[in-house]
Amino acid sequence: MSVGAETILEVLELRKWFSVGGGVLSGAKSTLKAVDGVSFSINRGEILGLVGESGSGKTSVGRTILRLAEPTGGTIRFRGQDITHISRGALRSIRPKMQLVFQDPFASLNPRMTVGRIVGAPLMIHEPGLGRAERARRVGEMLQTVGLSPGHAERYPHEFSGGQRQRVGIARALMLAPEFLVADEPVSALDVSIQAQIINLLLDLRARLSLAILFISHDLAVVGHVCDRVAVMYLGRLVETAATAELFANPRHPYTEALFSAAPDPDPEIKRTRVILTGDIPSPINPPTGCVFRTRCRYALPACAEAVPPLRTVGPGHQSACIRDDLSLQPAI
Amino acid sequence: MAEAAQISTNAPMTSSRRTYNRALARFVRHRLALFGLAAIVLLVLLCAVGPYLWPYNDLRIDIRHRFAEPFSGAHIFGADELGRDLLARLMTAGRVSLTVGFAAMAISTVIGTFIGTIAGYFGGIVGTALMRFVDAVLCFPSIFLLLALAAFVQPNLLAITLVIAATAWMEVARVVEAQIRSLRERDFAVAAQALGASDAHIMFRELLPNAIAPIVVASTLNVARAILLEAYVSYLGYGIQPPTPSWGNMLNNAQEYLSTAPWLALLPGLFITLAVTGFNFVGDGLRDALDPRLDLP
Repeated sequence: MSVGAETILEVLELRKWFSVGGGVLSGAKSTLKAVDGVSFSINRGEILGLVGESGSGKTSVGRTILRLAEPTGGTIRFRGQDITHISRGALRSIRPKMQLVFQDPFASLNPRMTVGRIVGAPLMIHEPGLGRAERARRVGEMLQTVGLSPGHAERYPHEFSGGQRQRVGIARALMLAPEFLVADEPVSALDVSIQAQIINLLLDLRARLSLAILFISHDLAVVGHVCDRVAVMYLGRLVETAATAELFANPRHPYTEALFSAAPDPDPEIKRTRVILTGDIPSPINPPTGCVFRTRCRYALPACAEAVPPLRTVGPGHQSACIRDDLSLQPAI
Repeated sequence: MAEAAQISTNAPMTSSRRTYNRALARFVRHRLALFGLAAIVLLVLLCAVGPYLWPYNDLRIDIRHRFAEPFSGAHIFGADELGRDLLARLMTAGRVSLTVGFAAMAISTVIGTFIGTIAGYFGGIVGTALMRFVDAVLCFPSIFLLLALAAFVQPNLLAITLVIAATAWMEVARVVEAQIRSLRERDFAVAAQALGASDAHIMFRELLPNAIAPIVVASTLNVARAILLEAYVSYLGYGIQPPTPSWGNMLNNAQEYLSTAPWLALLPGLFITLAVTGFNFVGDGLRDALDPRLDLP
């Protein structure tokens, strides 16, 4: 991003732990560390990608930032204001400025409501004095903004295709003119042809409204196209962050390399050696000591088990949490 | 992710006209439900309109025709020990019994829905406390609870209705609680939360409309239950007091004459059976017709 860009969101050492087990009669509670010390910041108009495989805690990060889940520790600063523990009432006035787009466009729209009511709901909640006609007019405008027509307002969600529903979800999120959007896998439930449309819509809206977006995804091709910077997450921790071009050309963490290697090649002629990750992601209830990735890392040393490696700056705007500097890792295609 | 997809395909998209048509088609195919609906409509019409058309009054004593047999004279369904016309009494009694049934259903549905929604939405301590209270009330055999309560109150229409409603709301509460608890985890509820919607907005505008189908089923079955309960208490003498007839106290009255004038017991019994089975069949039919799992593409 350009020098002196305004930071809109700053997350410091964010932790979100869930306690699991432990019913009334059976004790033995254990702690699931879904997010364990994540720090990053996003500037106005910037798109930060958050990638990682299933279960790495990406969604928990998004929900916790929006205070849809109570953070266990750390600090969330939005537009300079600490919102980590502010009350629900105080949160209400901030909600319009930070919104959420969901992965599953079939579950995120209330099947009992017309699209007009769904998209108009933010206005009913935050501007209850608004007249019916005025609300309908603004809903119509917003539907046009996201590429639907005002006439669609009277229909129900099931009458739309997946891509159209995702547009409805985006319209709802944008109704109150947010400055920050968490897009939680917004295209992974859609067909590839529709994915491009939704991505272009998001990029277009970012440019017009200077939206900052936390773009959560497991699809590296999409992330490479959309994001300005990328943060790679594994088992509740960030393992590498860098500008997109830098990360793709010069990955410094073995997990990032493995992710690149797992992405499908568009060109079958190219022969590459694949880095195959064996086994599943370890349980976040009982994570490995030291570097959490060491159990699946092919470069692991005995030293990796000793201490949790911190994120170190390894280049301009490039941080990695690997203790080995001697690796030459395969870049993305 | 697979879980989310599964939930979404199970979504009761009952808002759609197409789905309603499919539900209607399934209901119409349910023979017993149609029979039940016909029985209910017939009974309601008979009790609502009948007394205006029938020349006899339910309280008029006609001593010359005491114990008149059915289909033997002017009294089509016969007459009781005071010569009161049985059809007139059955129709007036039907008004009482059906009113109690519908009113108790309405009250218990409102109470059950409210408690179930609160418990399901808030969960935690509030939800546990409320649902354990529901379990505790369910532990009483409802007929004894009903009799105990009825013994303390002046038996009139309103009191009996309230007492029956007080023993019938728990089923609705459990159904609603389960529904709301699963609905509140759905993405559209999270979206409403992210918009800063109040708890009341999320509960009553977003979640509850999606739980209508099971509520309708539970309350239909509740009407049958309420009619039966009213018959119980009135039969045992704690309910609607003579001379006002209800199907239950007519049965009570008839037992002395069971061997000499069996129609006095058979006809109210038949009406009770017709009403209760009618509502039960309609409830079953609605349950099958509104089952969202049958809407899978």
